[in-house]
Amino acid sequence: MPLPLFWFFALLMLVGGLAVIILRNPVAAALSMVASFVGLAGLFIGLDAYLVGIIQILVYAGAIMVLFLFIIMLLDLKTEQKRAPRAVPVVGGLGIVLAFTIQLIGVLGHVPGRESEPLDLVAAAANQSGGIQDKLKEGRLPDVNLVGDLMFTQYNLPLQIIAVLLLVATVGVVVLSKRQSA
Amino acid sequence: MAGLHSYLLVSGLLFAIGLAGVVLRRNIIVVFMCLELMLSAANLTLIAFSRFNTVDGLPDYHGQMLVFFVITVAAAEVAVGLAIIVALYRARQTIHTEDLTSMRG
Repeated sequence: MPLPLFWFFALLMLVGGLAVIILRNPVAAALSMVASFVGLAGLFIGLDAYLVGIIQILVYAGAIMVLFLFIIMLLDLKTEQKRAPRAVPVVGGLGIVLAFTIQLIGVLGHVPGRESEPLDLVAAAANQSGGIQDKLKEGRLPDVNLVGDLMFTQYNLPLQIIAVLLLVATVGVVVLSKRQSA
Repeated sequence: MAGLHSYLLVSGLLFAIGLAGVVLRRNIIVVFMCLELMLSAANLTLIAFSRFNTVDGLPDYHGQMLVFFVITVAAAEVAVGLAIIVALYRARQTIHTEDLTSMRG
């Protein structure tokens, strides 16, 4: 990804994230989170993960944030009234975050950096078969095919476990949101 | 071209923002949104490592698999968590964490 584009999407993501914790109105926080996720999806697509980028937009910026907005409006929340912030949690919280950031920069200073190698699609075609091989030979990256191939062969068991997890979550939500009648 | 360091730095900063939100904010819905930010920061790290670790000229797709599972678990978590928040609001008429002290020792 060209450097200006990278910084554009990275700044969009970070400014959106900052707005989530700074803005007092929950609806404004949810909308700035959508901006943050759009920036994140841009970074994913710049890293040649096209399917993950699209899923990020559809699932996070679409479904999950609509759910958040729906709940905020259902509960009819007003903008938080100012309360006097207590000093200990604020100082402690900022201290933890600052320590984490310093640690991060310190670690990154020691780790050897790496530039991305260009993808070698023609060489990759030798290890693939069928439609994936044809597309790789044409110089296109069949992202969805490769992900699907791996997901339904090698990751079949985790996929089924995650399906059961979704079923459990669905049933759990129905049980939780039923009004308890004693 | 942006290197691996830039991606790791940006993702670490996003994680720090999410952590700050979880610690500092008192609105439980915003705390929940910040949890999502932290999960997304982890996803960005996974995708960056997957792209920068090429296997036979292709990105390492095992990293992307993990991202799919993280996204699925996050979606399930949001659904259950928001249902809990709605139930909490019905019982207490507040989602301000400082008003929810019945489990304080």
